[in-house]
Amino acid sequence: MDLLSKFDAVIAEHSGLLASGVRDPFGVVMTQVLSPTRAIINGRETILVGTYNYMGMTFDSDVISAGEQALRAFGAGSTGSRVLNGTFAPHIAVEQALMDFYGTASAIVFSTGYQANLGMVSTLAGKGDYIVLDADSHASIYDGCKLGNAEVVRFRHNNVDDLDKRLGRLPKEAGKLVILEGVYSMLGDVAPLKELVAVAKSHGAMTMVDEAHAMGFFGANGRGVYEEQGLEADVDFVVGTFSKSVGTVGGFAVSNHPKFEILRLVCNPYRFTASLPPAVAATAEASIRKLMRAQAKRDNLWAVSRKLHGGLQAAGFQMATETPESAIIAVLLPDQLSTVAMWHQLIEHGIYCNMSRPPATPAGVFLLRCSLSAAHTTEDVDIIVARFVQARDALAAMKAA
Amino acid sequence: MTPETELARLIELIGPFNKKGVAISESTRFADDLELDSLTVMDLVANIEDEWDINIPLNLLPDLENVGQLADAVAKLKG
Ligand SMILES: Cc1ncc(COP(=O)(O)O)c(C=O)c1O
Repeated sequence: MDLLSKFDAVIAEHSGLLASGVRDPFGVVMTQVLSPTRAIINGRETILVGTYNYMGMTFDSDVISAGEQALRAFGAGSTGSRVLNGTFAPHIAVEQALMDFYGTASAIVFSTGYQANLGMVSTLAGKGDYIVLDADSHASIYDGCKLGNAEVVRFRHNNVDDLDKRLGRLPKEAGKLVILEGVYSMLGDVAPLKELVAVAKSHGAMTMVDEAHAMGFFGANGRGVYEEQGLEADVDFVVGTFSKSVGTVGGFAVSNHPKFEILRLVCNPYRFTASLPPAVAATAEASIRKLMRAQAKRDNLWAVSRKLHGGLQAAGFQMATETPESAIIAVLLPDQLSTVAMWHQLIEHGIYCNMSRPPATPAGVFLLRCSLSAAHTTEDVDIIVARFVQARDALAAMKAA
Repeated sequence: MTPETELARLIELIGPFNKKGVAISESTRFADDLELDSLTVMDLVANIEDEWDINIPLNLLPDLENVGQLADAVAKLKG
C-alpha cells in the first residue's frame, strides 16, 4: 500500500491546473531579491505585492549590520535548545526588545510564529480545559489545539453573540482560553476585539490574541489591534512573529502574567527544538527597536494600503472588505479557474500577489491577496492598479479570441 | 437506537447543505455520500449547536461519520 496514494486527488488537481498552461502559483522562485518590493521572477523584474514585509525592514542597513556582527561573533547557529546550550546574548537581547516594545513583564521567543502558537495553545489549555476559538483561526492555532488535550469549541468568525453563547454553555468552573486574532490574514479584516474580549472576561475566560498581521502599525506603539482598541490591561497573552513586520523569522509570546516564565520549562515546541540562529535574533532585535520609532513608515503603509484598495475598487474589482481595514487588500474572484488565470496574467505583467483558495480561505471564497509594504510608493500603487487592469484586459482578449 | 426527534430535525438541518440531493437517512455519510468539505461541516455544526443550545467539541467530529452517529451525539450532549 503506497501511503502517498491518499494524495492522488490533490496531485490530479494540481497537474490539471498546470495543464491549463498557467505558471504554478505555489512554485514561485525569486532568483534575485532587489529590495523589499522588487524581485526577479521568471527572469522579469516583478513588483512584490504578496509578501508580509509590512514595514519594509528586510534590507534595513542597521538590521543587516546587526545580523552580520552577530553572525561573526556567535557563529551560524546555536545547535541547541533554549533551555540547554541554545541561549546566547542575542536571544536575551531580543526578548528584552520585545518587553520594551510591548511594555510587558515577560517575553518568550520561539523559533517561528507557527511554533509559538503550537506551544502557547497546547500548553495553556490542558485536559479538562476548554479552548474557544474563532472559526477562521490560522492553521497554527488549529494545530496547537490538536497537539493539546483541551476540548475545542469554535465560534462563527468575529461573531460576538456566537462567542457569548458558546462560552455560556461551558461548565462555570472550567478553565477557558479564548483565542482571537487582531487582523485575519485572508480577507484582511479587523476583529471587534473590544467586544469579544469583554464577553470572554464576563465568562471568566483568559484571552490570547495573535497580532501577526498588525505589529508595527496598529495602536499608538504599534503593538497591535488590541492596543488600538484599548485592551492592554485585558488581554492575557499576545502572540506574534518576526516573519512579517520584523522582517526575519521567529515567533514570540508576551504577557504580564506573573507565572508566564514557567512556560519555558513545560512547553514542548519551545524546549524540544533548536533556538533561532543568533544572527536572526540580532536582526530581530535591531528591527523591533527601529519599529518603536517608525511613524513615517506606518503613515506610508496606511497611505499605500488605502490607495490600492481605492484604486482597485474604482477599476471595478470586487474587494473582500468594503473599506481598507489593514495592509492586506484582497480581491474576490468567482472560482479557481478565473483566479489562477488572473494570477498568471499578473505574474506575466510583473506583479506578484498571493493566490488563496479554500480551505485556506473562509466561506469558500477565491482571492488574489495583495499585501502592502511601507517600502511601496504611491507611484508603485498606480503601476499595480494599471497592471491589474491590463491583466484583466488580456484575459478578456484571450476569451474573445 | 437513534433518538427519533433529533434525527428528524437533524435531517431538516442538513437539507440546505445537501447539494447533491441524496436521500438522507441514519446511514448517510457526511464525507462519502454528502461530500461535505471542512468549511461546510463548520457551518452545519454551528447550526446544530444553536438548534439544541449545545457545544459540539471539534475533537468529536472525526468520530461522527454518518447522520445516525451525529444524532446520537446530539442526544448525549443535550443531556
Ligand atoms: C495569524 C498568523 N499566526 C501565525 C503565523 C505563523 O507565523 P510564522 O511565519 O512565524 O511561522 C502566521 C503566518 O503565516 C499567521 O498568519
